[in-house]
Amino acid sequence: MGRKTSMTMTQKILARAAGLDRVEPGQLIEAKLDLVLGNDITAPVAIREFAKIGSGRVFNKDKIALVPDHFSPNKDIKAAEQCKVLRCFACEHDITNYFELGEMGIEHALLPEKGLVGPGDVIIGADSHTCTYGALGAFSTGVGSTDMAAGMATGTAWFKVPAAMRFVLTGAPRAWVSGKDVILHIIGKIGVDGALYRSMEYFGDGLKSLTVDDRLCMANMAIEAGAKNGIFPVDAKTLAFLKSVGHPGGTVFKADKYAVYEQTIMIDLASLEPTVSFPHLPSNTRLARESGSVTIDQVVIGSCTNGRLSDLVTAAKVLAGRKVKKGLRCIVIPATQKIWLEAMKKGLFKQFVEAGAVVSTPTCGPCLGGHMGILAKGERAVATTNRNFVGRMGHPESEVYLASPAVAAASALTGRITDPSEVM
Amino acid sequence: MKAQGRVFKYGDNVDTDVIIPARYLNTSDAAELASHCMEDIDADFPKKVKAGDLMVGGRNFGCGSSREHAPLAIKTAGISCVIAESFARIFYRNAINIGLPILECEAAAKAIADGAVVGVDFETGVITDTVTGRTWKSVPFPPFMRELMAAGGLVPYVKTRLEKK
Repeated sequence: MGRKTSMTMTQKILARAAGLDRVEPGQLIEAKLDLVLGNDITAPVAIREFAKIGSGRVFNKDKIALVPDHFSPNKDIKAAEQCKVLRCFACEHDITNYFELGEMGIEHALLPEKGLVGPGDVIIGADSHTCTYGALGAFSTGVGSTDMAAGMATGTAWFKVPAAMRFVLTGAPRAWVSGKDVILHIIGKIGVDGALYRSMEYFGDGLKSLTVDDRLCMANMAIEAGAKNGIFPVDAKTLAFLKSVGHPGGTVFKADKYAVYEQTIMIDLASLEPTVSFPHLPSNTRLARESGSVTIDQVVIGSCTNGRLSDLVTAAKVLAGRKVKKGLRCIVIPATQKIWLEAMKKGLFKQFVEAGAVVSTPTCGPCLGGHMGILAKGERAVATTNRNFVGRMGHPESEVYLASPAVAAASALTGRITDPSEVM
Repeated sequence: MKAQGRVFKYGDNVDTDVIIPARYLNTSDAAELASHCMEDIDADFPKKVKAGDLMVGGRNFGCGSSREHAPLAIKTAGISCVIAESFARIFYRNAINIGLPILECEAAAKAIADGAVVGVDFETGVITDTVTGRTWKSVPFPPFMRELMAAGGLVPYVKTRLEKK
């Protein structure tokens, strides 16, 4: 294998899906899709465009996923109408993977849990955080509603093959440092357009100490660095996860030894500390312990970034037997029904409620300022979500500070941004 | 195809949450979306904008959510072209797919002032500040994208291809 024919993991997956021996950065290809995803905000627009294409039928009823998660349980009449559009379309086309309220969850937590995404897959989703599935060795990227419509009709999409950046992780993270801190650190280092149009590919011994949940969280936020996708090599942890959700295993691709990366960034996980992104960009990072006394009104623990069981377990460890600061609202949102049930069985809800937090049904809700925890003018929230843009969680003059579940829970206790080691 | 109009200038990292806040995403009605376009950073934009006007941004324009409602709101508000130093990739794709002309040109995006009257020639990629007379050449689209745009966006393009099959 020479340098000229070498490919990155992303390039190999795309080459296979395009039926080509090899592809190179910048090349425009048409690739076959393994899954096309949409939600209650983006799919109604896609369904309208799909009708204009006029093919009348979807390419494969098993390879489309429709998840009403953003404004559901329906927050108002308009949201109800949008969810109804999904439901009717799913019914009309007999869509296998339409998830009604009782079996739903936040899409990017739900699809891995349902065994619908895995190594070697090419996945598009009309949601920017579709890049999450790169954690499992898939090429997965966010697109708009029109791309989703074309994908549902043809089972294909056009892509410009991305160049790549290599992130080499070494060492093991200290206590209270999670995948969220790693990705916030990376975005702080390279900026919100630091990986623009490119793929972020992870390597190194440090991967051994990152759980599948850590990797899902890190791949999820690739878009916050402008990346087309984020992707992790498939290892024993990935395979064990896939087995646990009944996924057949997929096709495992490995980057060639001489694959070309435009940039290599080394990260010693042991050097990282709990990290927070200040308003109004995910790249505006500081260490939690150096955040000063930023007083907060609300804490949100949930989302496609950090609403998984391990996130709730971590938050409960910090909150158990203690009390949320008087006057502060702490909202916990398990990302899926399965996670909700497991958290309940583990007794986490008792710990949350006794600490003074509330537990919601799964929803994207407050992350995008939809419902279930909107901020008033001048209010501040520490959230385990993924964006802190102007007005993201409510009033244009409110503020969102992004952090891990451990930092969010510790901050809920003190009422200001807090490094968990201060209270534990 | 040409465009000419007054410029609304914004900074770096104009995200889709400010282009169209999520609180309005319970509708996909283009006119309603346009009536709230940019309001969190420029409350008067929906009132001030006139058909044919241009929008100029800095780096990473359109970052954030994949909501196609963002280029749709800008287009429906009357904006004839967005010029930026660089675009976030999903926004770039969405704009092409729905037929909102966008041009990547660092020098023009940096130099053009708010309120300037600017003309754009989409054939040549030449951008002209009609007041100062300065011109810039933008990055041309790859042939595939020109084909897609000539077809009127992704939907007519796919429709034609499926009909041929």
